[in-house]
Amino acid sequence: MSEEKNLVLEMINVEKHFGGVHAIDDFSVKIEKGQIHGLIGPNGAGKTTIFNNITGIYKPDAGKILFDGKDITGTPPHKVAQLGIGRTFQNIRLFSNLSVLDNVIIASNLDATYNMPQAIFHSKKYKDREKFVQEKAMELIRIVGLQDRVAERANSLPYGHQRKLEIARALALDPKLLLLDEPAAGMNAEESMELVEFVKEIRDQFHITILMIEHHMDVVTNLCDYCTVLNFGKTIAVGTPAEVKSNPDVITAYLGGAD
Amino acid sequence: MIELFNSANDAVCGFLGINSYLQGVIVMVCINVIAVLGMSVLTGFTRLFSFGNAGFMSIGAYTTAILAVQFKVNFLLAIIIGALFAGLVAYLLGSITLRLNGDYFLITCLGFGECVRVLFNYTKNLTGGSAGYPGIPPYSSMLFSVICAVIAFFVAWRFIHSKYGRNLTSIRENAMAAEAVGVNAYRTKRMSFTFSAIYAGWAGALYGGYLMYIVPSSFNLAKSCELITTTVIGGLGSLTGSVLGAIIVTVLPEVFRALANYRMLLYGIAVVMIIMFKPSGLYGYKEFSIKRIIAFFRNLGKKKAPQPVAASEQGEEAEKK
Repeated sequence: MSEEKNLVLEMINVEKHFGGVHAIDDFSVKIEKGQIHGLIGPNGAGKTTIFNNITGIYKPDAGKILFDGKDITGTPPHKVAQLGIGRTFQNIRLFSNLSVLDNVIIASNLDATYNMPQAIFHSKKYKDREKFVQEKAMELIRIVGLQDRVAERANSLPYGHQRKLEIARALALDPKLLLLDEPAAGMNAEESMELVEFVKEIRDQFHITILMIEHHMDVVTNLCDYCTVLNFGKTIAVGTPAEVKSNPDVITAYLGGAD
Repeated sequence: MIELFNSANDAVCGFLGINSYLQGVIVMVCINVIAVLGMSVLTGFTRLFSFGNAGFMSIGAYTTAILAVQFKVNFLLAIIIGALFAGLVAYLLGSITLRLNGDYFLITCLGFGECVRVLFNYTKNLTGGSAGYPGIPPYSSMLFSVICAVIAFFVAWRFIHSKYGRNLTSIRENAMAAEAVGVNAYRTKRMSFTFSAIYAGWAGALYGGYLMYIVPSSFNLAKSCELITTTVIGGLGSLTGSVLGAIIVTVLPEVFRALANYRMLLYGIAVVMIIMFKPSGLYGYKEFSIKRIIAFFRNLGKKKAPQPVAASEQGEEAEKK
């Protein structure tokens, strides 16, 4: 039972169909606190659909999603975020015309606990909270290493920095669970290894649990404690990266996907 | 109370030597500033287009007028109730329509604005119908209007530079990402819509007090369009830009008054020019700041390396926020 208590995310027999297509079929996963769990599989395997079901963008057709022991199946996206699930997007979604700092500050609604009159009359509470939010955002930006570019517009940043900014923004929610959608996409080997170190660091520093979608096998092997392999919405293997890599089904899925 | 304001106004205008024509222009500028600030919050910061804000202006105007004339309510209270009532109507309308996406929301607003106009035309017993509603007390003196405009700007500024404003901007930039960081898009949009309607209602109330007489046809679709164009000319995502836009759009036709009917033509040309050469508007996504102007002139003096100064200036602004 003590193991069960440590579960941050549990998905039980989740299904999602789009018309006749079974995007996810009977998907189950258990993720313990502090774990880094990888979600791998060929294109169109349903990985991002799983993220969208967790974050409430889609409502599952069947099954249950438990976060910290609480049923969050079908909860709308903003509520899921407020509960403590931060995410990044496969195709980066920043607030592109805003500064790096503002991008992170926007995610601080939960910390900015003042009300409208307090905001208009700049009460002490407003000033305190704004100061706190500002400092917290600066700290997060410093952690992801963008402190020299605070005032720059988000879309003027190089690609890798935009990915880091998205992570900083997700961290501003004080999440218990962080969902990373292909964080190493478009990175070379060296950058990927940097990312591995970076993700480990934030896991340890913020005591968070991470579920990530990733294609780079070297990133997965170096980073993930466990992974789940999907193909056409079905789970074909679960285990440590080493176990999964030698699984014959996984090998056929990847090689078979090529023809 | 009205007498008090009006005699204070006479004293101020006498002291500054402002004649009654100029006073009228300033009152119209203030009324438009308030309406456009509301539009700016909705369109410039939330990227929602409403062609129904003239409808909210008329709701504010009629509510205030009826309260002040028929029920002898103090004009300050009447204005506040008028503006809030316009906000309430927007809240209810937004509750239904804001689940719709961009274009559909725009169409419902357009329909709503026309419905309100027709409604006021037909409810003759209450509003006087198309003959208009006369006898509104002249509370919109220049002094009072300027005070209102200043308060409106102050409140809008603080609203935009708080978490509420940040939430609006996040919806404008990327609604999906906004939801992923815990912003309730639906409620945020509704707040923006209500805020804009309160401002429209406020402006409408002042409009009634200035002309002392209102007819439904002055709040037609053309008025809504004018509010949107003014916001675009002034610059999306900028409150100071909106104020500038409102001033230009109100004063320009006065300047060209001698050209009689051609002035609307010139006005149209000016709008097209701005949209062609400066699509983000006069002050798009920037606020007017003395610091930036000083930095600009310093750069002119140095003529070299404007980049670092601009960067540090942005940094200062970010810190201010």
